[in-house]
Amino acid sequence: MKSPFRPNDAPDASVLDVHRPLIRSLERRGLLRGGLTLGSLVMLTGCDVKRPEAVEAALLAISNLNDKVQALLFDPNKLAPTYPDSMILRPPKFNAYYDVTDVKPVNGATWKLELSGLVQDKRPWTLTDLQALPQSSIVIKHICVEGWSYIGGWTGVPLRTFLERTGADLRAKYVAFKTADNYPSSIDMAAALHPQTLLALQYGGQQLADPFGFPIRLRTAVKLGYKNPKWITAIEVTNTYPGGFWESKGFPWFAGM
Amino acid sequence: MTQERPTKERRLHPLAVRIMHWINAAAMMVMITSGWGIYNDDVIIHGLHFPGYLRLGEWAAWSVNWHFAGMWFFGINGLIYLTYGFATGRLRERLLPIRPRDIVKTVIDTLHFKIAHEDLTVYNAVQKLLYIVAILASINQALTGLALWKPVQFSSLVSLFGGFQSVRVFHFAGMVVIVGFVIVHVALAVLVPKTIWAMLAGGPRLQSPKPSRGLSKS
Repeated sequence: MKSPFRPNDAPDASVLDVHRPLIRSLERRGLLRGGLTLGSLVMLTGCDVKRPEAVEAALLAISNLNDKVQALLFDPNKLAPTYPDSMILRPPKFNAYYDVTDVKPVNGATWKLELSGLVQDKRPWTLTDLQALPQSSIVIKHICVEGWSYIGGWTGVPLRTFLERTGADLRAKYVAFKTADNYPSSIDMAAALHPQTLLALQYGGQQLADPFGFPIRLRTAVKLGYKNPKWITAIEVTNTYPGGFWESKGFPWFAGM
Repeated sequence: MTQERPTKERRLHPLAVRIMHWINAAAMMVMITSGWGIYNDDVIIHGLHFPGYLRLGEWAAWSVNWHFAGMWFFGINGLIYLTYGFATGRLRERLLPIRPRDIVKTVIDTLHFKIAHEDLTVYNAVQKLLYIVAILASINQALTGLALWKPVQFSSLVSLFGGFQSVRVFHFAGMVVIVGFVIVHVALAVLVPKTIWAMLAGGPRLQSPKPSRGLSKS
């Protein structure tokens, strides 16, 4: 009997020729080594190992579902634990997709923060403008998706205050960031409005140092480390999914804690 | 309406248990091997890295995605298993009681290569203890996993385990216990292949009557 899972129309046999070099290279190195791994043993339980992109698609579909579950689990009033100033790590831990020696400092005097999307007042902001806004301080744990963590003390403008001041549509889905180091990022509006989400200007009571995002960076206690872009140059409020640097490489987007 | 036969046939492993066992086996393999992929980026034991052929996921991002997909199968299946095990009395029937002197006796017998396995329906004391340890380690994995996944939403769970880095150590230790269990479990199953067949086909019929409330369907 024909399997109900088999498509009625078989794929065109020419796809075999088109992908011949790929198939051959897979046969050569992948099969022997790959066949011995525990990972492939696991996949034998039901997934089609011949099409890893189908496995990736399934994983991404579950990851999208997880993003929705995480949004449901998120309590906008739940505060992350805070710590005394004495526990602040000085200097903070540097982390980026490149080495600390490759940091390109931003000139605070000429720097401007651009606004776009669902924002009423799109006039750009200078550092002095931001310093004039009400500031708040938090000592929170930074947790990286890799597993490491440290306690940091941040001072800056609550993102909620900034969004309210600029007349942003607070019912929009996303707040997206562009940065001087080409590290696009975005968070959901609920996280953006959380009281422990800051446009940070200071670390440990001092102006942010160059490697840590001078003049401003995002610091939110409710997201993993990679959702905290540094050297922000533009903010957009939007309903169109903006994605992000690591997200485009496969990491989950929501990354909520 | 079907008439319930007075002596209803019971198998050692009812179908529900067999299905849950194999879902759990696959889910655990996914969780362990993808966990090793995540572990490597920030090791807990200095110098310990898991080689590529043991890791699920081409690199950390995909290991994370495997882990957060596998967790649903591991968690939901485990929850149904425990509910089933308590509701039908299976856990109590199979795993209790454990007497210290029985453990000593089993260990001595094993050291004399007297491994009794004619009757698959009776678990020896060490076997019972190992299954309980595996269940407790799995509960530990679910709780510490939840704490690592949502350290702010479940911050009280994090403090219960003594902080975020300490939760990681508990999560790692739970993995070590489970891997240890899996090695012993698989080795013994291979030594007594009829146990594997029993977990596929249901195994021998049980003589004794059901210990508690109904729900037994084989």
